[in-house]
Parts: sequence; C-alpha cells; structure tokens
Amino acid sequence: MEALLELLWIVAKILAITIPLIVMVAFYTYFERRVIGFMQVRMGPNRVGLPFLKFHLWGLAQPFADVFKLLLKEVVLPENANRTLFFMAPILTLAPAFAAWAVIPFSDTLVLSDIDAGMLYILAMTSLGVYGIIIAGWASNSKYAFLGALRSAAQIVSYEIPMGFAIVGVLVVAGTLNLSEIVEAQQGNVFDWFWLPLFPLFIVYWISGVAETNRAPFDVAEGESEIVAGFHVEYSGAAFAVFFLAEYANMILISSLVPLLFLGGWLSPFAGVPVLGETFLGQGGIHWFLLKAAFFMFSFLWLRATFPRYRYDQIMRLGWKVLVPIALAWVLVAAGLKLSGLVVLGS
Amino acid sequence: MADINNYTLNFGPQHPAAHGVLRLVLEMDGETVVRADPHIGLLHRATEKLAESKPFNQSIGYMDRLDYVSMMCNEHAYVRAIEQLLGIEPPVRARYIRTMFDEITRIGNHLMWVGANGLDLGAMTAFLYAFRERETVMDLYEAVSGARMHATYYRPGGVYRDLPDRMPQYKESPWTKGKDLERKNEWREGSLLDFVEAFASDFDKKVDDYETLLTDNRIWKQRTVNIGVVSPERALQLGFTGPMLRASGIAWDLRKKQPYAMYHEMDFDIPVGANGDCYDRYLVRIEELRQSAKIVLQCVKWLRENQGPVMLRNFKVIPPTREEMKDDMEALIHHFKLFTEGYCVPPGETYAAVEAPKGEFGCYLVSDGANKPFRAHFRAPGFAHLSSMDEMLRGHMLADVPAMIGTQDIVFGEVDR
Repeated sequence: MEALLELLWIVAKILAITIPLIVMVAFYTYFERRVIGFMQVRMGPNRVGLPFLKFHLWGLAQPFADVFKLLLKEVVLPENANRTLFFMAPILTLAPAFAAWAVIPFSDTLVLSDIDAGMLYILAMTSLGVYGIIIAGWASNSKYAFLGALRSAAQIVSYEIPMGFAIVGVLVVAGTLNLSEIVEAQQGNVFDWFWLPLFPLFIVYWISGVAETNRAPFDVAEGESEIVAGFHVEYSGAAFAVFFLAEYANMILISSLVPLLFLGGWLSPFAGVPVLGETFLGQGGIHWFLLKAAFFMFSFLWLRATFPRYRYDQIMRLGWKVLVPIALAWVLVAAGLKLSGLVVLGS
Repeated sequence: MADINNYTLNFGPQHPAAHGVLRLVLEMDGETVVRADPHIGLLHRATEKLAESKPFNQSIGYMDRLDYVSMMCNEHAYVRAIEQLLGIEPPVRARYIRTMFDEITRIGNHLMWVGANGLDLGAMTAFLYAFRERETVMDLYEAVSGARMHATYYRPGGVYRDLPDRMPQYKESPWTKGKDLERKNEWREGSLLDFVEAFASDFDKKVDDYETLLTDNRIWKQRTVNIGVVSPERALQLGFTGPMLRASGIAWDLRKKQPYAMYHEMDFDIPVGANGDCYDRYLVRIEELRQSAKIVLQCVKWLRENQGPVMLRNFKVIPPTREEMKDDMEALIHHFKLFTEGYCVPPGETYAAVEAPKGEFGCYLVSDGANKPFRAHFRAPGFAHLSSMDEMLRGHMLADVPAMIGTQDIVFGEVDR
C-alpha cells in the first residue's frame, strides 16, 4: 500500500511536469509565430479565440486549433516504408525529450529526482533523440528524408563534443554533476554566477545547444529550401505533431539548461546586493528560473528571424574548428583558475 | 563489397525552392552535386505561336505573363518592336512614363529577388521586408492600369492613359483604422506622382534595412562569397546579360549602351561586380535598387513640369478617344477597324531589346504586311542563365542549389514562354 502511494505520488509529480510542458510547447509555437511576426512587420495569428463568440483574444487559441487539426489529419504511410520503424521514430524522439526533464531543478525544492549524475543523464537523454531522427529518415523511404537524417546525425554528434566540454568546464568549477548542487555552487549575485569566469564556455554551450535542437541557423536537417523538410518530410498528422512536440520540448530544455549551468538557475541576480537585495527582488525562486529560461526561449526565435541558414559543411567547420578548440582551451583555463585559487569559484 | 554509386535527386518541380516549375535532376555524390540537368517546359504556353495568331495589340497582355515579376519591361520590348516596324515614335511624356515604370518594375523585380534569394538561404525576414515595399509597387501598377500585375499599360504609340491625379486611399475597416489608416494613407493624399516621389525618396532607407540584415552578415557571406563564380569571358560566352553579366565585371547595360525611351536623359550609374560570385550579384542588384529609385525621381521631376499627350494621334494605329468617336464618323470607322482587325504593319523584320531587370529581354518580329506578326520570338534572359546551371553547380553542395537558382533570378514564365 505504501509502495503504491509512493508510486502514485511520483506519477503525479511526473504529470505535474509534463502537462505544463506540453501546454508550454503549445503556447511556445504561438509565441514563436507572434514574435517572429512582429519582427517581420506582420501580425502573426490573431484570429482564433473563443469559438462561436466574437472574442479573438489576440489569437491565443491558435495552438489548440493547430493541435486539433494535426490530430484529425490522416497519418500517411509512404509506399515501401518500414511500418514499425516509421511509427517508432516519433516516439523515440519524443520520449528522451520529455525524460530529460526528470532531473531539472526548478527551484531549490522543486525537482523530480535529485540524482548525482544529473548532468550525465541529461547528456544521455539529449543524445538519444538523434536515433529517432535517423530512424525517421531511414524508414521514410525518401531521399530527402534520408539526407536530412544523415545531416542531422553528423551535426548532433559533432556538436555534442563542444557541448560536453562546456559541461566539463562547469563540472570542474562546481565539482559536482548534480544540477541542484551546480546551482548552489553559484550562490551569490549576478557576478558570482559561472557565466563570467566561463564566458567562452557559456557561448559555446548556447551555440551548441541551438545546433543540438536543429534550429535556425543550424536547421540543415530540415532546411526547407534544400531538402524540403528533411527527416520528417513524409510525416503528417499526429506523427508530425509528435516530432514537433519533441523539437519544442528540446528547445525549452536547452533554454532551461543554460540558466542552470551558467546563470545561477533559480538564484536572484540581486542576492546580497545592498538595498535591492533586501527587497523581494533579492529572493531566489522559480520565477527567476522561468524568467531566465524565457529569455533564451525568446533568443531561439530571435536567431531564427535574423540569420540565414548555414551550409552543412560550414556547420561542421564551426563545430570542429572553432567551438571544440575554444571549449578545450577554456576547460584548461578554468581548471587552472580553480587550482591556483586566484579566482574563488564555487562556494 | 557493393559499389557505391552516385544517386539521382529530383529537385522539383514541386519543391519549395525550385522557383516555380523547375525540375532539376541532380546527380549527387553524397552532398556534392556532380551534374545538374535542368528540365524545362512545364510552363510552356506557346506565347510565340499565340502572338502569331492574333492582331498585334492583342498580344500585349501575354507579355505580362512571360516574366511575371517584371511585367511592364516585357511589354516595353514588344511595343518597341511594333513601333520600329511601324516607324512611329511615342510622345516624350509617354517615353518618360515608360522610363519611370520600367524602373518601378525593376524595383519590384529586385525586391522580389532579394526576398526570395534570402528565403532560399534561410533568411526569412528579408523576404517580408522586401514584400512590404513590393506592395507599393503593385499599388502603383494598379493605380495606373487597374491591374496589380498584368498591366497591359504600354501600347504602340505611347501608354494607355496619363498618370492619375489622385491616388486611391485605404478606407476604414476593422483591420485598418485610426493611426494605422493615417500611416497607410500618408503618401496617398496627392497625385500618383506625389506618391511615387514619397516612395522613391524614402526607398534608400528601406534598402538599408535589407542591407543591415544581409550584407555584412557572416552567414550570408559564407553562403554567397565564392559560390557560383563565373569569369567575365565565360559569362559572355554563355550569353549572360543584366546583373548576372555585370556581376562578372562587364559593364554592359542596354540603358547606357543602346539607350531607349528617355534613358539618355537620365543620370545613373551601373554597378559592376569584381568576382562574379553570388555575393557580387547580390551587391549589384542592391545597388540597382538604389539607382532605379534615383531614375524614378528624375522622371517624376520632369513629368511634374511638363504636360503633353501620352499617345500619338495616328488613328491608323491608335484608337481615337471615346468622345471623338461619338460625333465623328471617321473616328468611329477607325475605332471599328482597329478593334476588329487591328492594324497592318509594313513588311520587314526587327529586333527590339530592353534592359529588363533580369537581363536583355528582346523581341524579334517578322511582319509580312498582315495584321499579325508572321513570326514572333522572344529572347528571355532567364533561358541563357538557366543553361549555365550545370556549369555553375558542378562541385558545389546541395545547399548551394537554391543559392544558385536564386542568384540567377529565374522566372519560368519567360524561360518556358
């Protein structure tokens, strides 16, 4: 009985994370269209509101309309496609994208599982996502999809390396892989966070994160002007929606990891500052975490509206010849700083 | 072990970057293009044959549908060919109007190009910025001819009618009201010329907008510099014209070399590239946008100061006005003749070319003295450019294919005809 209750409690906690996440994905798509719309001197969706009533609500109901449309559409199975793999691929992409959220600490008390290998777990989960993409490309029996899958595989594998090194840097200064403890190690105000001593790694991690999620300007895996939609060109309806969900969940994940690793997670930037630190602004809490994550979520869209797409080989060059050396060098610098004790890092 | 073969990839005809109905059969070695084989003809409408089957004036509308992004320039070539055969010259005011609208068309075309090429390379925002201004160009077409695209505004002997004194304004609607409405109507208070002037004087700023997004963007440069390099010699051999040729470093522009309409009166520069790569072609077109606005302003100045007829009064070719027709027997007969059988053109052959936004758009006409051309042929710049696709693409990567299609500024209306 006790065990059952325990289990139910865990399920409830999981639901408490995934359901808001799904809702967030839905509104992130709306937010994306609106924000990019305003950046491009147009309106974006602003019509869909309450049904049968004349309330447009700035189009806030648009995501629901999209979801229902996608769910009601037929899932077309291409000729000679591998049925099992074809339907397995979206699930394989979605599951890790959601599973990774298990170790994300939203505040000092709000975390599903506070495990010591949290960072490793995240790395493992985000790497798994690529299998779904490769399998989707392979099972679709389409040249465009196959090409997209190959590109994506190469890209994700390449960018995992600078990303890994950036995390090694954080690991060196924080001395732990536990995400909550990494945040605790950044105790203090905005200048005590890791972004300052690890600035190059912060940038490398953010760029690699954008590349990991296959978003613009690194969206060669689905670059619509070259290979139409890449790995998910043959997917429609609910199967496509699942890919979509996974992509956006991953974007939100990366947007929350950057604050956790480099910007003090739920800590307040004003903590310990004279005057300001004594008001409510000095208190840490989930709102700071969400605010920081929202900034990076916005940056994803900002990048998309601003930059042209990289070419496949240029992405490789950027990853291997620029980001990897920078990350490697700065890991050594960080280790040197830590050992010499010149700069007090982590508490 | 099995042999590793190249594989074939069908790029189009239904492809978001194929610019219409291009079917490009690519032989790929991994991501590298080994051979590119453009298949054309999917938009063939037999325009030349159609033109040979009906009176001269009835084909003007077909010209708009050739290169459907630079409509009036195509009309200009065809109308000039007829005028050369007839031995007539339109009044000065008509020639100024034609010059102005040729340049407005160039602005419209290059706006479309800068946006579409940006979109091909993933830069979405430039596309929507460019279309914001292209809307104005369409409005100008509409104000002067009633149609937003297929204007049929140029006629042998002049232009269909004089510029309107009043620019149509936006009415209040649930979508456009208050401040928004005021802003939209700000330039529309006066005549068409006022509107054109406001647009052209403001245009430099708008071009700066696109340039901040693209010109110095590192990714944009990586995607275009040294991509699709064509040497000046090769560009000439391949029959390149327009910005494609000028980007390779050859200062050839019909507006300067064989001036038509009022271009000999205009003060403008022709930009020339140095390397002949995609980036140079981009820079050349951007500069042409600025130069076109400059020409438009000069035309506006002249048109403001000088009034006059916009059509010849030669009733053997040009229909009389409605009023004359009502009380003059002669005029009624002319009108009837012109609208039933058209006019006959003296036997002979001619070639008239204009510097269309994409290059030299030419019209070759043979007349046997009848009321329709014995042979009509159109020289489309896009056709020559597309034939170089294989040469330009070889050794480049798949991601460069849209860059190359974009940089050639292909429109299938004129390639397939």
